[in-house]
Amino acid sequence: MTDIGYVRSDLVDARPAPNRTSGPIAWARKNLFANPTDTLLTALGVLFLLWILPPLFGWTIFNAVGPNGTVEECRMENAGACWAYISSEMEFFIYGFYDIPEQWRPNIVFALGALLLTPLLIPKAPFKRTNAVLFFLVYPIVSYFLLAGGVFGLRYIPTEKWGGLLVTLIISVIGITLSFPIGIMLALGRQSSLPIIKTVCVCFIELIRSVPLITILFMASIMLPLFMPQGTTVDKFLRAIVGVTLFTSAYMAEVVRGGLQAIPRGQYEAAAALGLGYWQRMGFIILPQALKHVIPGIVNSAIALFKDTSLVYIVGMKDLLEAVKTKNDTALEWQSANTATTGYLFAAMVFWVFCFGMSRYSIYMENRLNTGYKR
Amino acid sequence: MQKALVSIAVAASLGLGATAANAAILDDVKAKGYVQCGVTGGVPGFSAPDSNNVWTGIEVDFCRAMAAAIFNDAEAVRYTSLTSQERFTALSAGEIDVLSRTTTWTMSRDTQLGISFVGTMFYDGQGFMVREADGIASALDLSGAAVCIESGTTTELNAADYFAANGMDFNTVVFVDQDEVVKAYEDGRCDVYTTDSSALAAERSKFANPAEHIILPEIISKEPLGPVVRAGDSQWFNLARWTYFALLEAEELGVTSANVDEMLGSDNPAIKRLLGVEGDFGTPLGVTKDWAYQIIKTVGNYAETYERNVGPSTPIGLERGLNALWRDGGIQYAPPIR
Repeated sequence: MTDIGYVRSDLVDARPAPNRTSGPIAWARKNLFANPTDTLLTALGVLFLLWILPPLFGWTIFNAVGPNGTVEECRMENAGACWAYISSEMEFFIYGFYDIPEQWRPNIVFALGALLLTPLLIPKAPFKRTNAVLFFLVYPIVSYFLLAGGVFGLRYIPTEKWGGLLVTLIISVIGITLSFPIGIMLALGRQSSLPIIKTVCVCFIELIRSVPLITILFMASIMLPLFMPQGTTVDKFLRAIVGVTLFTSAYMAEVVRGGLQAIPRGQYEAAAALGLGYWQRMGFIILPQALKHVIPGIVNSAIALFKDTSLVYIVGMKDLLEAVKTKNDTALEWQSANTATTGYLFAAMVFWVFCFGMSRYSIYMENRLNTGYKR
Repeated sequence: MQKALVSIAVAASLGLGATAANAAILDDVKAKGYVQCGVTGGVPGFSAPDSNNVWTGIEVDFCRAMAAAIFNDAEAVRYTSLTSQERFTALSAGEIDVLSRTTTWTMSRDTQLGISFVGTMFYDGQGFMVREADGIASALDLSGAAVCIESGTTTELNAADYFAANGMDFNTVVFVDQDEVVKAYEDGRCDVYTTDSSALAAERSKFANPAEHIILPEIISKEPLGPVVRAGDSQWFNLARWTYFALLEAEELGVTSANVDEMLGSDNPAIKRLLGVEGDFGTPLGVTKDWAYQIIKTVGNYAETYERNVGPSTPIGLERGLNALWRDGGIQYAPPIR
């Protein structure tokens, strides 16, 4: 035993991998400079970033006129984005012509909406049923009376005065919430064995899908009044909402139908074999599976709807984009070389925030529900 | 079923025809308590949101004047923002009571659309803008100039006609987009920029240094812009028309929003008639006898609304030109109130 000079009693700590196989250098070698083509592409990419980033940041941040700046600064030779213009006209971009002393009303509506929607979107939050009833039934009514007024001593504010982000959000929230159930009904109707229901649904979907949204809105604003008795007018805002909702419903219906068709026939038969009625089969067996498959498509339609709201300028409503455009054209006191560009950039950023938010949430939902097919 | 069809047909023909069979517009307006006014989506000086997000402009002031005449309250107006495609439909379908939206008075519109033009609130027309440093004082000095024009517009044709008629030659520099035209002019690619003079003024106000550019006095086309009402209701038409005339008459008689109360005691019989001190010209219009007083008190006379919205002291900076009163060399002229 003693002729063994030294026996190590514990294990040697694992040494870090050599620099060539791990760490930032290895990462760069593997991902950026693996072969001559990659190296060339990396170099081109870096050059592109060097070319695009400094002027971009220079324009939007470093040379930009801050929110408290003046129009004189915006008019200077090398001035960048004129954020002062945005902050000065923010009220118009958010509320449109909504009377300034009454703007606490839309603010409450925004706050209530966020308060009710957030727990609805978080799967773990309690009281889902109460929450849903509040959001889908109580909230719209409360919001309407808050925004329009005319009751409880609130001043009446006609919808012509609503505008900006307020209009964009109202139309898209109503559009998305209504078009989803309508779309499901249409998709089920299209698969129905009852000929009348099937024909009506097919006709509706095909008719709406074969005309551009702009045409539907145009019809609603120009043709509809001609068919109605003189003096009876349907609110333009309502017309826009109905137009947008019907349009998206048709698309939703086709998305949902895709999901329904992905469900094997065996599932339908098994559900029927359990002795479930039609609505139970659909509600408990088919739709939960089908909808899970088509979350990306549904969110796609929702995002498309959100962006399509900017088409309501056709009926003379001032949504966010149109509000920005109006101020670009008419706010003469803010005219400078960068004003309009800044306005459009602001609108783009707001749209991006909402659309990106929706898209991330849909990915989260997909992962949560994707229990059976996780790869 | 047949009944339903008939009622749909009747409804459609009513909507399309916009005929005399309708109830009086004035009664409807009085019943609902406001004037529904069709305006642009935003044209500076004519109808645009101001910094407090309230509609302002010379065309907006016309609607406010009508509201003042009817309700003694210039704020009893609701505005509908209209695109140029939907404006006439909105008017004939009764969605709006008066259209005051940079609408050019043309024969076909006046006679074929079931609408009536009330008058000309603003005589617009194509004009020329040049750099002050070039020392050009009249469009007749423009021979040989390079002219920036938007292609495919009547502007292009009008300019060609004008130069040909005056035996001058010119070079056109043509662009598809208005912004490109302005940019080219600003960059010095041409000596002259031509389009409607109110648009010239609005574009000039956006330049880095507006004072370096002048708009020449010549106007080479006719673009009379005025308010419009549905045809067939003469009472409403008269009210709109005399609202416009009252604005002019007040300027002619020197009655302004500031001195209108003093003017009530004036000995001038024309002022007495205008302000309803003597005679009653309001009742036949369906409004009170002090209708014009209310207009002037709250909105002012024509000169005031012009100066406030498009005049030389505003960013638009338009001289009165054709829009001056007839006695000042313009063509704004109101028949006498008597």
